[in-house]
Amino acid sequence: MPGLHANKRGRCPGMRLVTVDRMSVKRGSHQALSNVDLTIDKGEIVTIVGPNGSGKSTLLRCIIGALKPDSGTVLREAGLRIGYVPQRLSIDATMPLTAARFLSLPTKRSKREIQEALAQVGAEGLGNRPMAGLSGGQFQRVLLARAIMDKPDLLILDEPTTGLDQPGSADLYTQIEQVRRDTGAAILMVSHELHVVMSASDRVVCLNGHVCCHGTPEIVASAPEYRALFGTGTHGALALYRHEHDHHHHEHGHDHAHDTCGSH
Amino acid sequence: MIMPMTPADPTDMFDDFLIRALFAGVGVALAAAPLGCFVVWRRMAYFGDATAHAAILGVALSLALGVSVFAGALAIALAMALTVSNLSEKGFGVDTLLGVLAHSALAFGLVAVSFLQGVRLDLMSYLFGDILAVSKGDLIVIWAGAALVVTLMAWRWQALLTSTLNRDLAYANGINPQREQQIMTLALAIVVAVAIKVVGALLIVAMLIIPAAGARAMARSPEIMAVGAAALGALAAVGGLMASYHLDTPAGPSIVCVAAGLFVVMTLAARLRSK
Repeated sequence: MPGLHANKRGRCPGMRLVTVDRMSVKRGSHQALSNVDLTIDKGEIVTIVGPNGSGKSTLLRCIIGALKPDSGTVLREAGLRIGYVPQRLSIDATMPLTAARFLSLPTKRSKREIQEALAQVGAEGLGNRPMAGLSGGQFQRVLLARAIMDKPDLLILDEPTTGLDQPGSADLYTQIEQVRRDTGAAILMVSHELHVVMSASDRVVCLNGHVCCHGTPEIVASAPEYRALFGTGTHGALALYRHEHDHHHHEHGHDHAHDTCGSH
Repeated sequence: MIMPMTPADPTDMFDDFLIRALFAGVGVALAAAPLGCFVVWRRMAYFGDATAHAAILGVALSLALGVSVFAGALAIALAMALTVSNLSEKGFGVDTLLGVLAHSALAFGLVAVSFLQGVRLDLMSYLFGDILAVSKGDLIVIWAGAALVVTLMAWRWQALLTSTLNRDLAYANGINPQREQQIMTLALAIVVAVAIKVVGALLIVAMLIIPAAGARAMARSPEIMAVGAAALGALAAVGGLMASYHLDTPAGPSIVCVAAGLFVVMTLAARLRSK
């Protein structure tokens, strides 16, 4: 696959926000990530796909600085502002917290800033509502609003549509697109929704403990490593995408995805 | 209503033991309030118990060595809190670990106290507090400790709230949640050290969580909850002392009983209001 590594080298250095270089991470005795290379440039949308336990969240947590790699490096551009939307945020029922107060963490914000951020993600009027009383979709929007309060250069979202129904997640992706158009922030996200990933990403990274393959959505979708991981027929959305876009058929039975995913 | 004044000596109202007790109780309540909120939000009640029980061992050691009880209790409580904090970072079964540490610290403390000879030690006063025996010196230590804790909490408030919500959220904002946890640990050890004489090692956690839990019912923001906890705690201290004075009951437990009563009232009132 000559195109696979096309985006790795040779970009203008001022454009680069994050460089992950041969990073390996152990979680306990488990090798969660080995020799991962990844770069994120200004304004692009990079999506990470991969099966459960493939190290997607671990990779994101290394980039925000929550985990230290055992070897290799994570380089963030000096002064890089990151907006982060975690996969799960459970607020203890004993903590009284309105959406507006949540947006004021950890930096105090004015009422106007809060209203603007809420409006930007289509969550007007939720400011005075307790976080515990928000619906799944409202909650995710408020998380997104908080992530953009800082006017981040890079927005990192870890499966932002977890727990949302189809229309709800479609809405949220529209909002994320909107945020990128408004702010020009780069977006790094983990997603399960492959049809969305394939239509909206500039680049896709297919991860399974290591980078199986990466590149433009078209390149990744046709890579054998990717098919080995996702071509088992259980992902209707992808089948739909394939059907619409490249008319290839895929075989069933690649259960041992890890073994067939060999490119580094 | 009893107002214990000492008109005979207008120069120093702190000559009255009841006034000293009132100030000691209110001081502890103020320090415990913001910290207690975090203990509730982070579900650290058992953590608090382990720290408070360890303080008994600290008391025994300081009496044996002839150093200040505050210093001994603070040192051992801090050592225990840091141990628990570090072990739980490493992923030990936290609940079991805390159970082991909390109870063994208490047992070792009690055994250590029994070894002390020639020291007249009323063990009950360190287990359940002896607020009526608070001296002027104690009062200064209590208020200095309370001021330190409240300052620490106010300084780290936003960062602590963020790390309490979600560690990764904190990291993404450049906050190190481990450091915040250490600051909480330090604050907890200070509260234990200053509260041991007021409510005793066994009931310190009650002063942390009951006022905070009572304030939760009516609070709409973390700040209101902390202020409410301070108000309820102070009210419990004053009410408990008066009850103790009139009914001749032990002061520390009386304070906690009043706090528990306030908790019930607040929770029921909130239920009624929301109907």
